[in-house]
Amino acid sequence: MAGDIFSIALLSLFVSATSTLLATLIAVPLGVTLGLREFGSQRLLRNILFTLYGLPPVLAGLLVFLLLSRSGPLGALGLLFTPVGMVIAQVVVVTPIILGITMSVVATMERRVKETAFVLGADRRQLSVTVLREAVAGILTAVMVGFGRAVGEVGAVFVVGGHIEGKTQVLTTSIITDIQQADYGHAVALGVILLVIAALVYSLLYRLQEKTLP
Amino acid sequence: MTMSVDLMGIEKGFDGRPVLQGVDLRVEPGEVFALVGPSGVGKTTLLRCIDFLLRPDRGTIRYDGKEAPSDTSGQLALRRRIGMVAQNPFLFRGSAFYNVSYGLCVRDVGGPALEERTNAALDTVGLRDLSQAPVSRLSAGEAQRVAFARAIVVGPELLLLDEFTANLDPANVAQLEKAIGAYHRQTDATVLIVTHNLFQAKRVSRRAGLVLGGKIVEVDTADRFFSNPTDERTRAFVRGEMPY
Repeated sequence: MAGDIFSIALLSLFVSATSTLLATLIAVPLGVTLGLREFGSQRLLRNILFTLYGLPPVLAGLLVFLLLSRSGPLGALGLLFTPVGMVIAQVVVVTPIILGITMSVVATMERRVKETAFVLGADRRQLSVTVLREAVAGILTAVMVGFGRAVGEVGAVFVVGGHIEGKTQVLTTSIITDIQQADYGHAVALGVILLVIAALVYSLLYRLQEKTLP
Repeated sequence: MTMSVDLMGIEKGFDGRPVLQGVDLRVEPGEVFALVGPSGVGKTTLLRCIDFLLRPDRGTIRYDGKEAPSDTSGQLALRRRIGMVAQNPFLFRGSAFYNVSYGLCVRDVGGPALEERTNAALDTVGLRDLSQAPVSRLSAGEAQRVAFARAIVVGPELLLLDEFTANLDPANVAQLEKAIGAYHRQTDATVLIVTHNLFQAKRVSRRAGLVLGGKIVEVDTADRFFSNPTDERTRAFVRGEMPY
């Protein structure tokens, strides 16, 4: 039982951390690039991203399910009901959040940051790197929000992972099934473990963020 | 190590409000030129046009007799020959050393040369002892001196100074004016300084000009400009009869 809980917690941490990391790798460079540029459809893009903040995870899960199902375009990869499939589903949920916040942080960053780098002779790439460096505290906030969404998410991982015992069970889906079986004590215990994991990750990210503050 | 600037018919407005209304001015290579005038007459806008932060609506700017290249790399090369210090400069997160060395880093200067040149620039403004201090702990005067060192460390041929000693105490003003003199003597760079401070303009410049209503009213040697100006408006301004 304890071993089961340990493996469930470990898989939860793996799926949430990996999906947050992948989403960060996709969203941060894109968010910095989009935040630095001024283009006509910027408001439209921002509205789309804000709408995606509210994307029901179960819907994201359904889309990934259809992609990965045997008859879907990526069915041959055999990723449905696997941890990798769950990571993909969470990347879909988390990426718009990190992207939207990063874009806003960069776009609303003091104009003087960009101007100063420009005046000091930075080229476009150096300017992006400088803005990224100055915006790192805000971007870490985006990552923290993204991780919060991933670690507490249940709908997408349930649909794509299938909550298969010993294979794709994570804390959130286990809590749901415990409640369905009226095993409230076990559900609460899993909930506490979930909170402890979140607290540990957040304290790490917060420490990183503190180092980036002036 | 010096650059001339020619402004011809520069016009710039914001939201339909004209700010610069046909500025014509030549700043000679190697001179220290002071541009004075009340607030809101377009002095800062003019500097920002020269430094590519704004694009004039009309008119031409020539650097060493040539218009700025239209391609990105050509423009970057020209931008890198110009330095600017703003009234309220933004300092990057990190140490004074990091800030001062920034311009060298983006020009791929590294190793001992970077350290030597950064320390020399910090020496010029008397901040070598605070090189590792986080900028958040610097006073306003020290922060402004870091900004000045950051601008001169790359040896700009044209140095634009925008009210850069406004709100500073006399000790910091004196130190920065001394630093301008030292840099100018060492490099013969062209310095264009925008200031409210008539005494400062008189102390540091060889020639001076008055801007009013987005136009240049009068340009002359500093001696004549401050002691015997020809235009009635300049006379009123240098006598302190014009509020600013």
